[in-house]
Amino acid sequence: MIRFENVSVTYDGAAGPTVRDVDLTVPEGELVLLAGPSGVGKSTLLGTVSGLVPHFTGGTLRGRVTVAGRDTRTHKPRELADVVGTVGQDPLSHFVTDTVEEELAYGMESLGLPPAVMRRRVEETLDLLGLAALRDRPIATLSGGQQQRVAIGSVLTPHPRVLVLDEPTSALDPAAAEEVLAVLLRLVHDLGTTVLLAEHRLERVLQYADQVALLPSPGAAPLLGAPADIMAVSPVFPPVVSLGRLAGWSPLPLTVRDARRRAADLRERLTEADHADSGDRADHTGPGDRADHADHADRADHTGPTDRRDRTDHTNPADRADPETSVDPEDPADPADHANPKDPADRADDVDRSLPPAPAPPRPRFSPFRRRPRPSAPSAPSALTTAVAPVATAAPTTPVAAVEARALSVRRARVQALREVDLTVRAGETVALMGRNGAGKSTLLNTFVGLVEPSAGTVRVGGLVPHRTPPRELVRRAGLVPQEPRDLLYADTVAAECAAADRDAGAAPGTCRALVSDLLPGITDDTHPRDLSEGQRLTLALAVVLTARPPLLLLDEPTRGLDYAAKARLVAVLRGLAAAGHAIVLATHDVELAAELAHRVVLLAEGEVIADGPTAEVVVSSPSFAPQVTKILAPQKWLTVAQVREALRREALR
Amino acid sequence: MADGRMADGRPRTPRTALHPAAWWLWALGLGTAATRTTNPLLLGLLLTVSAYVVTTCRPDTPWSRSYSAFLKLALAVLVIRLVFVVALGSPIPGTQVLVTLPEVPLPDWAQGIRLGGAVTAEGLLFALYDGLKLATLLVCVGAANALASPSRLLKTLPGALYETGVAVVVALTFAPNLIADVHRLRAARRLRGRPDTGLRGLLQVGLPVLEGALERSVALAAAMDARGYGRTADVPAPVRRTTAALTLGGLLGVCAGTYGLLTAAGGSYGLPVLFAGVLAALAGLRLGGRRSPRTRYRPDRWTPRACLTAASGAAVAALLTVAASSDPAALHPGVVPLTAPALPLWPAAAVLLGLLPAFLHKEPS
Repeated sequence: MIRFENVSVTYDGAAGPTVRDVDLTVPEGELVLLAGPSGVGKSTLLGTVSGLVPHFTGGTLRGRVTVAGRDTRTHKPRELADVVGTVGQDPLSHFVTDTVEEELAYGMESLGLPPAVMRRRVEETLDLLGLAALRDRPIATLSGGQQQRVAIGSVLTPHPRVLVLDEPTSALDPAAAEEVLAVLLRLVHDLGTTVLLAEHRLERVLQYADQVALLPSPGAAPLLGAPADIMAVSPVFPPVVSLGRLAGWSPLPLTVRDARRRAADLRERLTEADHADSGDRADHTGPGDRADHADHADRADHTGPTDRRDRTDHTNPADRADPETSVDPEDPADPADHANPKDPADRADDVDRSLPPAPAPPRPRFSPFRRRPRPSAPSAPSALTTAVAPVATAAPTTPVAAVEARALSVRRARVQALREVDLTVRAGETVALMGRNGAGKSTLLNTFVGLVEPSAGTVRVGGLVPHRTPPRELVRRAGLVPQEPRDLLYADTVAAECAAADRDAGAAPGTCRALVSDLLPGITDDTHPRDLSEGQRLTLALAVVLTARPPLLLLDEPTRGLDYAAKARLVAVLRGLAAAGHAIVLATHDVELAAELAHRVVLLAEGEVIADGPTAEVVVSSPSFAPQVTKILAPQKWLTVAQVREALRREALR
Repeated sequence: MADGRMADGRPRTPRTALHPAAWWLWALGLGTAATRTTNPLLLGLLLTVSAYVVTTCRPDTPWSRSYSAFLKLALAVLVIRLVFVVALGSPIPGTQVLVTLPEVPLPDWAQGIRLGGAVTAEGLLFALYDGLKLATLLVCVGAANALASPSRLLKTLPGALYETGVAVVVALTFAPNLIADVHRLRAARRLRGRPDTGLRGLLQVGLPVLEGALERSVALAAAMDARGYGRTADVPAPVRRTTAALTLGGLLGVCAGTYGLLTAAGGSYGLPVLFAGVLAALAGLRLGGRRSPRTRYRPDRWTPRACLTAASGAAVAALLTVAASSDPAALHPGVVPLTAPALPLWPAAAVLLGLLPAFLHKEPS
C-alpha cells in the first residue's frame, strides 16, 4: 500500500540527510508501528507519505514514495487527500472549523463529495468513534482524548485507504489512549485501513501492531519485522519487553497477558528473594528507595523523606555552615562520568552519590557568605550538587512541608477545577499527581506557583502565600516546568538564556550554565533553544528553574514526547534532586514514570483527591494506572524492572 | 437531547439555528432603528428587545459569550461621553446648573475650548441621549455576534470566494489564540521570577507569541493542505477567460458608476453603469465558482423562520425611519427646556416587532 524505495530526505541547510536509504513496503490492511529513539526521522518519514515532506516543508527527497500507486513526487498533498489521512502530534493545530460535525465534513467538502454521501458518512463516523453525543459541541470544549478522536474522524470521512498518525496517544491519559487505540484497531479490522503510526510510548501500542518498522539510529536503514523479533534487537522497548529480556523469555512477550502466563517461575524466584531481604527493607516505601537500597545499603536512610535529622533549619542563618561544605569532600565528581551521558543508570548512581545530605548553606539573599562564581568548565565539581544541596528544609524533628494545601478549592469560568484538596509534600519527597485529562492536575500545580488564586482554602509554599508573593521571591521557593517547556525560554541562544536565568534568580553568573553542562552535556553556547530536541529543551527549562534553587520543584507532563533514553536521564536527574532534599511534584499520565520515581501517588478526579498513598499501594489497586511490571507480577507488588533486576541479582549472589 | 436543546433549555448549534445572515439582518435592522431616535425610552425598549431575543435564542458556543463583552463596551462608551461633557462642557445652552467645577484658564489660542466650569442638567441629558444611541447600536452588533458568529456568516459566501472566506475565518480564530498565548507566556514570565504585569512584560513576550502564532498557522496550513484545501477542478480555457473578463469589467463598471453618481455631471449615466458593473461582477463570481470542486455539507437554508426574522428587523428599521420624518419631536425629545420624554405609542409598537424571532424560535416541546 505504501512503498518507500531508497528514500532519503535532506532538509535545506542540514548537514546530512535526516532519513537515509529507506526501503520499506507497508502491506495493505496492516497496522505498522514506526519505532525508534528521538531524532531518527520518524516524523519526517511519516510526512513523506502524505506528501507534506517535501512539498510543504521544503528539502530534497531522493528515491520514490508511492501510496496506493500514486507517486508523491507528482502528487501534491491536496491531491493525495482522498487516499491518505494524516493526524499530526497536536490535534488542536489540525482543526479548521469550530464544531465536531463540521470538522468531520470538512475533508469531504474539499473533495467535492455529494451532500447525501457526506451526510451518511458523517453519521457513520460519529457512531464508529463514539462521538454522536458530541456532534454539536465546539471543539475547543472537548477533552484531549475526544479531540484526538475527532481529529482521527475528520481524516476518516473521505475514506482514505491509509492513515498516518504521529504520536496519537502521547498527550492522553491511559484511559483515553485505550479509547483511541481501540478505534484504530477497529478501523484495521473492519474497514481494512492501512495504519502507519509513530509512538514513543510503546507499552501502549506494541500489542496492537502487526509489524514494527524500527529506525535504530539516525541515518540507519529501517528494519521491518514481527514485533517480537524487532523488540529483541530494538534500542527502545517497553517494560514488558525489558522484563522478558531480563527473564530470558523467548519469544519475547509483547502483552501483559503473554508475560503473565510465563511469569509463574519468576514470581516464585522473586518471592524467595523478597523473603530473604524483607527484614532490612521494612521501613522503605518508595520505589526509589528500593533500588537505591540495594546499591548503597549503608546510606539508605538518607533517602527517606522523614529521616533527615542532620539538616539545619534554613530559616536560621546563624546555624548555617560554610557554603563550601555543601560539596561533599568524598564526592567522586568524576568529570569523565559527567561528560558521559550514554548510560542513564550509571548517571543515576553517580548523581545520587554526589548529592550528600549536607548541612544547608545559606541562600544568597540573606547570607553574608555569597556564593562565589563558579567556573562553568566541566572539570568543576558537579554544579548539580551546588544547586541542589542547599535546599534542605527539614527541622530536627518535624519536617517543614515544602507545600501545604488545606481545603483548597479553585473555581474558574463556572467550572469547579479543584474541590477541597488537602495535600502536603515534604522535603525530599516525590509525589506523582495522576488522573484523567482535565482532572485538575495542572490547576493544582499552577496554584502552587501563584498563577491561580484559590477561591477557598489555603496554600502555603515554604510558609508563603504563593499568589501574594512577588515572582522574584517565589522562584526561590517553588519552580514549575510547564507542560510546554518552550514557554520558559525566550532567548535565542542557550548562553543568553542562562545569563537571563542567573539575573532572574539573583544567582551568581554561570550558575545556570554550569547546571546545563551538568544535566545536558555537549550543548554549545550558541545553540538556539528551538533546535534542541524535546528532551533537551525540557532539561534546559529544568536548569533554568533550578537556577533559583527552589526547595519545591513542580513538573507538568515532563515525559511528553520523550523517548526511553531521555526519560531515563530525567529519572536519574530527578532522583538526585529528591535525594538532595528537593520536594518534587509531577503531574503525569505516564504510569511507568510514576512507578520509577514517586514515593507517593495522588489521584485526582473532577478536582477532588480520590486516592493518596504510597505508589505501590495506589497504583497496584488501579487497573489503568498500574505499570506493566505490576500487572505481570501481581499480586506481588513490584513496580519497575530495575527493582526486579536488583532482587534477582541479590538472590544470585546469595 | 432529542429536542436539540441543552439541559438548560438553550438551543444547540447549529442545526436548529437560523441562517446566520437572517440574524445579522435582524440585528442591523434594530441598529438602524437606534440611529433614528434619541428618545431614551425607545432606545431602552430596543435594548430590552435585543437582550430578550439574545437570551432566549443564543446558542451555547464560545462566541455567544461575546454579548457581555459588547455590553461592557457600550457602557464604557456611555461613561466616556458623560465624562467628556462634565470635563469639557457642552454646546447645549442650559440654565439648570448642577455643579460648577473650577475652570482652568486657557491661553487665547485655545479659544473655544473650555476645561471645567458649570455642568448643566441639559448638557448632561443631551450627552446621555446621544451616548445611549451609540451604545444601543453597539449592543445590536453584539447581539448579532452572539446569535451567529461572523465565521458562520462567512461560510455562506459563494464558491469563488470560499478560499478567501476560509482565510478570513482562520484569521478570526487567530486573535483569540493570540490572546490565550499572551496569557500563557505572561504566566511563564512569572515562573522565571519576572513581574508578570506591566507594559514591559507585554513587550517581552511579543516575539515568542508571534513566533508561536506563526508556527501554529503553518501547522494549520499543512493540515488543511493534507485535507484537500485548494483542490481545483479543470476548467476549459474559454470559461476561464470569460470569468476574468466579467470580473474585471464588472469592477471597472462599479468604479465608473460610483464616480458618475458622485460627480454632478454624471447623474444620468451613474446609476445604470453601476448596476451593470455589479451584475457583471456577480456573474464572474458565479462562473469562477466552477473552478472549485467543493460541495457544502448541510448548508444553512433560508427557512420561512429565517425570512420572518430578517423581515422583522427590517420592519423595525423602516417604521422608525418613517416615524422620525413624520413625528421628529417624539423621537428626539428636547432638552431645552427640560422635559420628561414621552413614549410615542406607535413607534414603540414598531420596536416590539423585533421580538418576533424570540417567539419563532420557541419549538414545540
